[in-house]
Amino acid sequence: MDQVGVIEIKKSVFADNEQDANALRAELKQKGVYLLNLMSSPGSGKTTTLIQTINRIKDKIRVAVMEADIDSDVDAIKIKEATGIESIQLHTGGMCHLDAEMTRQGLDNLTLENTDLAILENVGNLVCPAEFDTGSCRNAMILSVPEGHDKPLKYPLMFSICDVVVINKIDVMPYFDFDLEKCTEYIHMRNPKAKVIPICAKTGEGVDAFAQWLLDEVHEWKNQ
Amino acid sequence: MHELGIVFYIIRDVKEVAEQNNVKRISKVTMDIGEVSTVIPEYLKDCWRWAADKEEVLRGCELEVNTLPAVSFCEDCRKEFPTVAHGKTCPHCSGGNTYLLRGNEVEIRDIEVYSNEQ
Ligand SMILES: Nc1nc2c(ncn2[C@@H]2O[C@H](COP(=O)(O)OP(=O)(O)OP(=O)(O)O)[C@@H](O)[C@H]2O)c(=O)[nH]1
Ligand SMILES: [Mg+2]
Ligand SMILES: [Zn+2]
Ligand SMILES: [Zn+2]
Repeated sequence: MDQVGVIEIKKSVFADNEQDANALRAELKQKGVYLLNLMSSPGSGKTTTLIQTINRIKDKIRVAVMEADIDSDVDAIKIKEATGIESIQLHTGGMCHLDAEMTRQGLDNLTLENTDLAILENVGNLVCPAEFDTGSCRNAMILSVPEGHDKPLKYPLMFSICDVVVINKIDVMPYFDFDLEKCTEYIHMRNPKAKVIPICAKTGEGVDAFAQWLLDEVHEWKNQ
Repeated sequence: MHELGIVFYIIRDVKEVAEQNNVKRISKVTMDIGEVSTVIPEYLKDCWRWAADKEEVLRGCELEVNTLPAVSFCEDCRKEFPTVAHGKTCPHCSGGNTYLLRGNEVEIRDIEVYSNEQ
């Protein structure tokens, strides 16, 4: 005979991921690898910004990139060709975000002993990547001018977890009614400590500031 | 698409509980989902059907979703109010100094199981 019963679980589905993320962070600290999680909507300029940034810092620190994509490897190839650094593709198998376990699997494929800074280009999406801690030391996001300055109001969680918000495509400012001042105000409503850096990844304008922020971060973290 | 990811987490968690408890089959999983959790119950159920039927222990298993109301708190007048109806603006004092108290949950409440008699 079978017994029928009810088993109480009462557990958040995110609980395991939080544990995994904290374990990964501790492990990376021990190995001396700084992990940056870079998020944005599709097409806001993650790959272009990374190429510009990496070319400014690759002589100072050892950088590797993981490109998360649902099913292609164009971004990983682009990074490798444009910067010469180690770059791999993570296929998410249809998942719209990366969690700590998938991030760990990606890191296992990098030569971590030769890496100071690992950058994860997350899946293009402003919703769920914000809910899943990847185990990164810091979160960064890119908001591009055509997306509009009210995005921090519409995606509050994403903006509240990011330590730095890069405003990209400032070259097209004249064609959009993007209000940088308002945008900064909205970002600070969500996260008073967030650093806002306007750039044009196409020409490289402003990228020095982001590159310097990253260098300072990695340096400070290593000396902690 | 996000719902499919959530379904994979639910499956992983309930399978683990099933193994620990000598469970032969799970006939129902009940979730507590907050109104503002970004999980859409209908999508979740669709993804669930597709993914659960691929698992022996979950074949035919029903997913029940229990919606939890979202409640915000106003720092200015220190009162609570329903988030979905009023958003970020307090209906008591019209202040905007408010934050979410609950309604963000994505929790597995319990599972209904058939176990082998010992
Ligand atoms: N005008 C202008 N175009 C830019 C700028 N930065 C990137 N783009 C263009 O925007 C498009 C998308 O850039 P990507 O760097 O591929 O964006 P992404 O965020 O990596 O895209 P996904 O990985 O597909 O989500 C490309 O056509 C870029 O050339 C910029 O500063 N100004
Ligand atoms: Mg890209
Ligand atoms: Zn997702
Ligand atoms: Zn009030």
